[in-house]
Parts: sequence; structure tokens; C-alpha cells
Amino acid sequence: MVDLVSSWANAGSVLTVSRWVTVIGGLLLASLAVLVLCLQFGATSVDVRTVATAITHMFRGDESGSPSLRTSEIIMVQIRFPRVLMGFLVGASLAAVGVTLQALLRNPLADPYVLGVSSGSALGVSLAILFGIGSAVMLLPLLPIFGFAGGLLALLLIYRLAQSKGRLPIHSLLLAGVILNAILTAFIMFITSIMEPNRSAGLMAWLMGSLTAPGYPALGVFSMYVVLVLAILMHKAQLLNVLTLGEETARSLGVETEGVKKQLFALTALLTGAIVSVSGMIGFVGMVVPHAVRLLIGSDHRLLLPASALVGGMFLAVADTLARTIMAPAEIPVGIVTALAGGPFFLYLLLCRKDRML
Amino acid sequence: MTAARTGTAQSSLAVNPPAIEVEGLSFRYHTREEQGRKWTLDHLSFHVDAGEILGIVGPNGSGKSSLLKVCTGLLPAGEGQVRLGGVPLRKQSQSDIARMVALVPQEYVQVFPFTVAETVLMGRFPHRTARWWSLGIGDETANDLACAHQAMVETDVLPLADRLVSDLSGGERQRVMIARALAQEPNILLLDEPTVFLDINHQIEICSLIAQLRAERRLTVVLVSHDLNVASQYCDRVLMLKEGRLCRIGPPDETICPDILRMVYGCDVVVDAHPQTGRPRVTMPISVTRF
Repeated sequence: MVDLVSSWANAGSVLTVSRWVTVIGGLLLASLAVLVLCLQFGATSVDVRTVATAITHMFRGDESGSPSLRTSEIIMVQIRFPRVLMGFLVGASLAAVGVTLQALLRNPLADPYVLGVSSGSALGVSLAILFGIGSAVMLLPLLPIFGFAGGLLALLLIYRLAQSKGRLPIHSLLLAGVILNAILTAFIMFITSIMEPNRSAGLMAWLMGSLTAPGYPALGVFSMYVVLVLAILMHKAQLLNVLTLGEETARSLGVETEGVKKQLFALTALLTGAIVSVSGMIGFVGMVVPHAVRLLIGSDHRLLLPASALVGGMFLAVADTLARTIMAPAEIPVGIVTALAGGPFFLYLLLCRKDRML
Repeated sequence: MTAARTGTAQSSLAVNPPAIEVEGLSFRYHTREEQGRKWTLDHLSFHVDAGEILGIVGPNGSGKSSLLKVCTGLLPAGEGQVRLGGVPLRKQSQSDIARMVALVPQEYVQVFPFTVAETVLMGRFPHRTARWWSLGIGDETANDLACAHQAMVETDVLPLADRLVSDLSGGERQRVMIARALAQEPNILLLDEPTVFLDINHQIEICSLIAQLRAERRLTVVLVSHDLNVASQYCDRVLMLKEGRLCRIGPPDETICPDILRMVYGCDVVVDAHPQTGRPRVTMPISVTRF
């Protein structure tokens, strides 16, 4: 019997520990390589050896000799390293939020940006800024809370709008998202138009989705926040699997769906609020990355969730490197790069694979 | 009176409690909004014996699927109660129920590329023993794998183990869903229209699978069906619902007869004996006015 069982259980049709370790281990190594590569490029490019010495000096905290090396070290330590790491964390969170929303709404096209959750968070943050909570766009602990509240409201609204007779038809969900997005964006535009011009310019750049180099305390708080929420989501991965069977079937398997759904909505809104408050509205990472990863490694969320997070991190780190270098020394918002890469992919899915999603 | 009733309940429990007991059960949707609204299920009382196959039939909208859902706790009973194995449904958590009852829904749409083996293993969810810190990787015990394997063998989906559920035909998908339900190791199997979208050879396949499972696993089976012949040929007893009320319950030859069907469905049908089993067989009459 055991031999018979292992014939299918080890043949790649179910998730095994060794497959999980191989995939996640490989992606961790790849992420490391991508991060080191991204550190090299920018307005001034720095070779690998300098990156390495800068990092070792950063951790040892000792002074180094030649002044030119010191300049590039300052660039590395003060600007590039935190920014690349921030990009990685934001991309990972966006992909994780995408995976969670897709399973929760049983819709492969769900994405915090497409559904208007990001706009909700952005409206919350914009309102906070309008009323003078935080003169800078970033780095105030209150901003993520406003982002969370806005995102959660948008998510609940979407859910109520699209639900009919206990079902969530895919197209009505997307339609509700598009309309909600338009309304929320109008509010945000209104806020920017009544602000002082110099403040609204900063807000606009942030809204388009841009990464900046945060200070180390802010980076530390943000990464702890992200790691904590990702760990909780990871812990719920098996529930996500069962939820894809449909809500009634999930309940007949002993899942208290109402409570689980509320928790998952709150977690995704929390993460979206945090992401939006630091990086504005970066679109399509949450949809494109999980989709591609799912095609390669299957749908089991215990593997899909961490793998998508790592790939999403790499994707955004690379996209941000492009945004920094294409028009150097000027920068373009990274949201433009992801939208240009992800938008056509979304259209392709919507038009060409219609049969599979209905 | 109450004392007498509990007394009989206890004595029947001591012998062998029925798998499902339904007592004065009423149910309606949207309880708060319209108090005067009609009951979807209206004061039903019946029981299903252990190891029995009960068929629930009735016209569209007579409450067949709702009855199935109330029996698994998916919908809350308005009045009355349901007991599973002698224990009231209300006193059991959704996981307790899931270890006893498995439900095969009418249709199963999977938008994500899950394999058959992954889907069947999800049936082990109510039996999981993982601690709170576990991230779920490698949670499947040898017993979980063995149960899933056994369920796939019995439903003959083992050769499909690594295929994607979304790529299967209707009949194959239905067997996968039954395998998923069997992996739950239930005592009671509930099926909502198991043959509805299937062509005739898959209908036969699913029906004989159900009969075989009852014999091999001693399962109690309740199936909702549109098809009176499926109910007649494969069920020990048939329950007829009309507008949420219990019309008749009994063996097929007492329930599937022209005057009862006229009362329930409001039309005349031809009922004769099946040449192999002798059980009632229902056919559409040729309309006399056409000639």
C-alpha cells in the first residue's frame, strides 16, 4: 500500500516537503543574486566588488580608505541598499496580497490595484496628508493605518457590490472594481487639486507608484510588519486551498468560512495599506506574478504563496532598477514600468483565455 | 410527555440510532426581512437508517437542495432539529460534522490548476492534526495519503492523479468529487444531483459506484435527484417533497406511482415495471391531443 501511495504522492501531483524545499531554496538563492545585481545599477554604476565591500563595511561599521570608494559606499549604504530592499519587500507583499485575494474571491484576475483596494488605501493616505497628518508622504506610523482603513472599506464595498446569491461572478467583480476605482481616483484627484502645488506634485509622483530610499528605522519597521503579515498568511495557506473549492464545500469540510474570510480580508487590507503608504499605487504585480508562478508550480498555496512573494520581490526590484536607470539621472515612477509590463498581460488573459475563466 | 419522548429517544439510541433524524424541521431564507414569508422547508420529520440509500425527489424549488444543506449545518434550521448519529446538529462544530458527513455539491468549478490528487487530499482537511505553528508543509500523514489513495482506487480516478481537475470531463470530475468526499471518511454521504449533467453511461457509472460504496463502506447515502428512475432503481426509500412539505416517504413501489406523481408534479406519467428489477419505471406519456 505504501509503495502504491508513493507512486502518485512523489510524482509531482501533490506537494511534498522536498519539492517545497527545492523550489523555495532555489528562489531564495535567485533573489539574493537579483538583489546584488540590482545594487550595481543606478545613476552611477558600481561593480560587484564594491557592492561586496560596501556591504561588509556596513555590517562591520569600519571606515574605509580611498575617498572614491567612500562615495560609492555612501550611495550603496544610504540610498541604494535600502531602496532595493524596499522594492523587494513591496513586490513580495503585492504578490502575496494578489495570491490571497485570488483564492478568496476565486478569481485569477483579482489584484489589489485592479479591484480598487489600492485606491481605497491611497484615498485614506491622501486624506491623512490633506489634513496635515505627516508633512512628508512617508514615514509616519499613522499613514499605514489610514491606508488600512481605506483599503478595508474598499474591499468590503467591492465584495458587497459583486456578490449575488452567495456567489461572486468573475465579471461582476471586475466591473465593480473598475467603477469603484474610478470613483476613488476622482476623490484622490480632487484632493490633489485643492492642495498647494508643491505638495500635490509630491503626492502625484507617489500616487503613480514610486519607491524611495527609506531611512533604516523606517525600513526596519516596514520589514517587520511585512514579515509578520506574510507569516500569518502563510499559516493560512491550507485554508486558502480549501476555500478555492467554493464556500459551501469549504464549510462542509469544517472551515468556519465567515470568520476566515474576515481575517483574510483584514490581513490583505493591512498589507495593502502598508504598501500603499510607502510606495503609492504600483499595479499588476499582484496579478501577473501569481499567475505566472501558478503556471509553473501549480496551485497549492503552501508553495504558491511564498514562491509568488519571492518572485514578486525580484520582479519589482528589477522593475525599479529599470525605472532608476532608463532615463538616468532622472527617474520614472516604477508604477509606470509595472503597468506597461502587466497591463498588456492582463488584457491578454481577459481576451484570449475567456473560456477558462467563466 | 417530554419525559416519555426522551425515554424513547434514549432507548432507540441504545439499539442503533438512525444515521439522520429530522424532527419538525422548518427552514426559510432571510429570516429577518419577511416574517410572513413561506417556509422553504415546512415541518419535516423523517429519519434515515444507517446503511440506507434515501432518494429525495420533487419538483424544481421544492426545497431538495436546501434540505441537504440543513442536514450538514450549511444552512441553519429555523425550527425543529436534525440529529446525526443521535447527537443534535447544533451541539456539533462544523469540523465535527465534517468528520461524519461529506457533501458532494451539484457542480464544481475550479478556476485554479489543482491536480486530482491535490483535490482529493483536501478531503482530509477535517482530520488535520497540525499544530498552530505549522506552516502546513508536509502535514499529510501516511494515513492521510492512504485514505486518499483508497478513495481514488474506489472511484477509479487513480490513473488521473496528476491531471488537472479543470481538464477533466464531467463524469471524471464527478468521480473526483466523490473521491474527495470519501477521503473525509464519512459515515454519511450526501449527493446533490450526482447525475445531472452526465450522459447515460456516466449516469450508470456514478449510480453503480454509489451502490457499491454503500455495500463496501456501509455508508448511509442521501441523494437528491431530478431523475425519478435513478431514485427508483438505486434507492431503498424515496422521499417526495412538494413546496417544502413531505409528501410521501417509503420504498419506490409505494412512492413512485401515477396518482402520487400527479399530485406532486401535476402531470400524468406512465409507470410500468422495470424489466430487470421489477421496480417502478417512469416514462413520459405521448400526448393524446397530438394525434
